[in-house]
Amino acid sequence: MNALTLPAASANAPEVDLLLFALLGGTVLVLALVFGLMLRYVAHYRYTNTKDRGRPEEKTWRFEIAWTAATLLLFFGLFLWGADLYVRQFQPPPNALRISVVGKQWMWKAEHPGGQREINALHVPVGRAVELLMTSEDVIHDFAIPAFRIKHDVLPGRYESLWFTATEPGAYHLFCTQFCGTDHSAMGGEVVVLTQPDYERWLADNAASVGVVAQGRALFTRYGCSGCHQAEGRGQAAAVDRTKNYSSVRAPPLDGVYGHPVPLNDGRVVVADDKYVRDSILMPAQDIVASYDNRMPSFSGVVSEADLFRLIAYIKSLSGSEGS
Amino acid sequence: MSDIEALPRSYVTEDGTLNSWLLTTDHKRIALLYFASITAFFFLGGAAAALMRLHLISPAGAIVSHETYNRLFTMHGVVMVWFFLVPAVPVTLGNFFVPLVLGARDLAFPKLNLLSWYLFMAGGLVVLWSLFWGGLDTGWTFYTPLASRYTSGYVVLAVVGIFLSGFSSIATGVNFIVTIHRLRAPGLTWYRLPVFIWSLYSTSIIYVLGTPVLAITLMLLAFERLFGVGVFDSTLGGDPLLFQHMFWFYSHPAVYIMILPGFGVISEIIPAFSRKTLFGYKFVVWSSVAIAVISFFVWGHHMFVAGQSLYSAIVFSLLSYLVAVPSAIKVFNWLGTLHKGWIRFDAPMLYALGFIGLFTIGGLTGLFVAALAADVHLTQTYFVVAHFHYIMVGGMVTAFFAGLHYWWPKITGRMYPEMWGRMGAAVIFFGFNLTFFPQFLLGYLGMTRRYASYAPEFQVLNVLSSAGSVILAAGYLMPLGYLTWSLFRGERAPDNPWNATGLEWKTRSPPPKENFVSIPTVTGAPYNYPHPAAQHG
Repeated sequence: MNALTLPAASANAPEVDLLLFALLGGTVLVLALVFGLMLRYVAHYRYTNTKDRGRPEEKTWRFEIAWTAATLLLFFGLFLWGADLYVRQFQPPPNALRISVVGKQWMWKAEHPGGQREINALHVPVGRAVELLMTSEDVIHDFAIPAFRIKHDVLPGRYESLWFTATEPGAYHLFCTQFCGTDHSAMGGEVVVLTQPDYERWLADNAASVGVVAQGRALFTRYGCSGCHQAEGRGQAAAVDRTKNYSSVRAPPLDGVYGHPVPLNDGRVVVADDKYVRDSILMPAQDIVASYDNRMPSFSGVVSEADLFRLIAYIKSLSGSEGS
Repeated sequence: MSDIEALPRSYVTEDGTLNSWLLTTDHKRIALLYFASITAFFFLGGAAAALMRLHLISPAGAIVSHETYNRLFTMHGVVMVWFFLVPAVPVTLGNFFVPLVLGARDLAFPKLNLLSWYLFMAGGLVVLWSLFWGGLDTGWTFYTPLASRYTSGYVVLAVVGIFLSGFSSIATGVNFIVTIHRLRAPGLTWYRLPVFIWSLYSTSIIYVLGTPVLAITLMLLAFERLFGVGVFDSTLGGDPLLFQHMFWFYSHPAVYIMILPGFGVISEIIPAFSRKTLFGYKFVVWSSVAIAVISFFVWGHHMFVAGQSLYSAIVFSLLSYLVAVPSAIKVFNWLGTLHKGWIRFDAPMLYALGFIGLFTIGGLTGLFVAALAADVHLTQTYFVVAHFHYIMVGGMVTAFFAGLHYWWPKITGRMYPEMWGRMGAAVIFFGFNLTFFPQFLLGYLGMTRRYASYAPEFQVLNVLSSAGSVILAAGYLMPLGYLTWSLFRGERAPDNPWNATGLEWKTRSPPPKENFVSIPTVTGAPYNYPHPAAQHG
């Protein structure tokens, strides 16, 4: 890569660059004004120049109000511009390709919906929105792709998401930008943007025996979840009659739960998203579904972060979502 | 030593025993104890930075291991922030000149003042112990859970040291606030106070209100590390983001602890060397107070990509733009002061003009990182490193040198060599820009901070930056040399070498132990420089 240019390889990048160049333009103008006035004054009004200065300004408040108002107005404009773009940067479209990312000292692990796994690399198709669902196994990391002008911290015990649409095939730096210990500077890799046919080929070459949803289904049985939770994959339709059909079952059925509101026994209603499913597995006593008792043990320290992502993908698939 | 004895009777010559220095309650002697201490810390922190820049001339890293590099930047940050920048101007120039400018015989609590130095030294030595004995590799920010669970460094010891030095800050803050309220000379009303005093008053408010939060945060961190109390560790039911919220609640206002006293120094020097009253005095005064207040509501701008909610981020961005307005007002008022002045170019003025330039660049690049979407790309890169060094080193350290040269004749009774002073200002200005300007570009290109090794395409700019750091280091060694020289060989200073206003110039150089033979009375506004025509006769 060239030493003085940075590729703009995502749909977001040119927009951020435009904002940065506007900021740069404004900065250069203000600097020219400040340095220009300073140099002009020190040259013009130096002590050895005995020319008459006239009377200095005595009423200063007009100037104060003028430059305070101008500064406020300029700053407010910059604020709006930056905030508008930021809000769009962090609202992933619903149909994005979801890839799970786990950070740990000092590597990145990614898993594609088809079960393809990679370490310190991320292969993505060009022209398609990709959403990364990220968590950490230890300290705080940060997943940063300068060519896409995006980054976000990756925290233990939480899910953070980052999305982008790559626009230029190529290989780009992936950095961990949150200091994470001894080999922080070695924690990185490459984001490889492929054309659609190349991406299909890459998926086929790296195909896992089973996809993420199927792996999640196997885990659902292996960890004993299926002993109590009804899960038949019949989608939202199944949820309608769940209370009368499964009244003898001790745990809430999971068909059609993901992405929908769940009433809790303390009167709150929460939407069953990734975080909710995760918390329900690790801290089952925290949010108890209305009309159920908590009988479930905590799976904290039992299920790995990667397996959690697979279980979530499976439970999501029970709502008739594509599961990818 | 015969030259020292040639000085008139003063606070320096009063009593020469070691005990008379170590147990002194004279604010001027305590200021000198602090001068010696922070100078040592400055050069220690600077040495760590020099080694880092040397290491970074090669992409793979030239001289040290990853672990050592991490310890170097941690040492650089911890030492420079808590043992140089935060105390620097208040405990040295402030300690020395607050009573003199107010026309008082000492600070309100002289023994508390001495205690603050001992707390500072105790904290400093404990931190040095942790840095050199056990090693610390968390960065100065101590983010959890890295600092609370994963690192093997001596976190608890370091935290105890910073905790102790925090009490030194609180003691200084309380002392200044009470002194400014109670010990002003007859006639010295609030609007007759020089801006230097207003700045230190604003700084003291932050010392007193902010430092306890840091103390609480660091103690919670120590408890979690020692006893497994779950506050910040998610596996113990804590929240790692809570640490960042609490840490920056102190540490962002701390940025203004560092720069506000610098504003004060510059607001003294610009009028003195322009022979004009300060343009927009009340606006400059109230902008300091505004900064002190608003600075407590902008901490979240350190966390735009950390995982706080979208709405918090938007509010913090707006407030961050708001806190920049009073700083802009100050710059415009300094320029207004230069307008139609009678400008002299002695070393303090050159440093002050350098300050305006560098601080303005630092402030304007702050607008980049306050804009949410731009910050997402720039945060955690060298852009941020360059931005805050322009504020803290280009701004604050330059202001410290400006003030040091301005008041040196009063402190020591001797003049510094003028030519050397001017050269020092020029070399530091040039070296600073060569060191830090390339880092703005590196940051845009994506080079992450705190990296012991980096991608090869970043090498050219890194080498430029390292070359600049050699010049900058030479620049900082120059004042150390010529100011020390002037202590022994410098020309005797008159009582008021700059014909400046301000009560500190109405007593002898160096001042007698009791500051003033009789307490002066103030009859007018500050910066009342005679009309230029009268000056030229």
